[in-house]
Amino acid sequence: MKTFAESNFPGRLIAVEGLDGSGKSTQIYLLKRWLEAEGIKVYFSEWNSSELVKSATSKGKKRELLTPTTFSLIHATDFADRYERHLVPLLRAGYIVLCDRYVFTAFARDVTRGCPAEWVRGNYSFACAPDLTMFFKADLEVSLNRILEGRPKLKFFEAGMDLGLSKDPYESFKIFQGRILDQYLAMSKEFNFVTMDANVNVEKQQVIVRKLVSEKIDLKKFKRKSPLPLPPSLVTDRDEKEELEDKAA
Amino acid sequence: MSAKKSHKFYGHGIPRIKPEDLGGKLIVVEGADGSGRSTQIAELVNWLETSGRPTAQVGLKRSTLVSEELEKAQDGNVLSRTTLSLFYATDFADQLENIILPALKAGFIVLADRYIYTLMARDMVRGMDEKWLKNLYGIAPVPDAVFYLSVEPEELVQRNLSKNATLDYWESGMDLGLSRDVFDSFLKYQSAMQNAFKTMQKTYGFDIVDANRSANAVNKELRKKISSVIDAE
Repeated sequence: MKTFAESNFPGRLIAVEGLDGSGKSTQIYLLKRWLEAEGIKVYFSEWNSSELVKSATSKGKKRELLTPTTFSLIHATDFADRYERHLVPLLRAGYIVLCDRYVFTAFARDVTRGCPAEWVRGNYSFACAPDLTMFFKADLEVSLNRILEGRPKLKFFEAGMDLGLSKDPYESFKIFQGRILDQYLAMSKEFNFVTMDANVNVEKQQVIVRKLVSEKIDLKKFKRKSPLPLPPSLVTDRDEKEELEDKAA
Repeated sequence: MSAKKSHKFYGHGIPRIKPEDLGGKLIVVEGADGSGRSTQIAELVNWLETSGRPTAQVGLKRSTLVSEELEKAQDGNVLSRTTLSLFYATDFADQLENIILPALKAGFIVLADRYIYTLMARDMVRGMDEKWLKNLYGIAPVPDAVFYLSVEPEELVQRNLSKNATLDYWESGMDLGLSRDVFDSFLKYQSAMQNAFKTMQKTYGFDIVDANRSANAVNKELRKKISSVIDAE
């Protein structure tokens, strides 16, 4: 699996991975804010899939039509859609793209569901590897507590209920997440994850994240050549000022 | 069908499905639109059921899961190549797990109106990686017989026009930009597809059936060949 840099893309992709509740979304959001403030061409992939794929996926989930194989394939379709329509153009245009989860989420989840690892990886082999993957490793208990604190209603597939691990969704979710964590740990070396200790405080983590990113990526190459356009209010103010100056002259 | 003959998968197969549990027969009919596939399959089902054999049928874009969305995607030509390819694979997998595998377990004769070969040929013509496709479709069981109904592209034009008075956008490969002219594009695309099938024939050993002939003559040949597959137990 070659990275975007190795595949001669002008852009770079940074991914965060980890269990829900590991704090990875907060970290990538703070990273985005920093890069924006630095005037870097950055895009945070929100994973907006096209309506068609979304419609099939939600139908499959709602009606519980999915098996491990079709679950894997429909998510691969969804990923391919976003990859080809969104990520590739941005990376060709020299953006730094931030992804909250990437192919490794699918690898961990689908293999836990019983799909052969080589099959899943092969299906995703059209995608380049991130230039930096940060894996947020929190204690399983900590992640579970964060998610389950408010006793949210867990969805069927989210809780891994299709695996028949337990009749209780909370129990099932716990076992399922534990297995996914095992998969992440097993992949960590192979895919060069940089493991982040998600148990330390948020601010300290962000310092480490920013340091890692600036070491790994030559950020000044990604600065916008032209500054971002000014907000409309400022533009009119300036025009009026110039007009006045012109008149004065 | 008392004696059970186990099936094989092309690759990894499907989680928790043991190939030795799969009896029945899987018969695939491949060919372009206008090669007479549907007519032949309807005749075969009629013949098999009259002789007391249970059948099940599958085809492309028939899954509960994604057929509706696939249809719309094709109408708008909105999805890119890998996405469309994986969408079709999802459609295939859904039918595989809900129809083909349960029917084979129950000893049925499954007739597939096109199979992974059409999907692979289409993608190969569009420049997709063959290794990637082989891995993807490693979920498919190896059929007991595959018949490729071969019809010359010129004859296909005539048959499609007399049936629909128009040539289908996708069956003409218009997305490939081979020609702005649908007629030219159809001929070029269909010969490219035939070449892809000929290449695959070496790997998958299709039975190439000359379908330039009358429907009756073709059906007679198919019945004879299918009988020997069924009796080979």
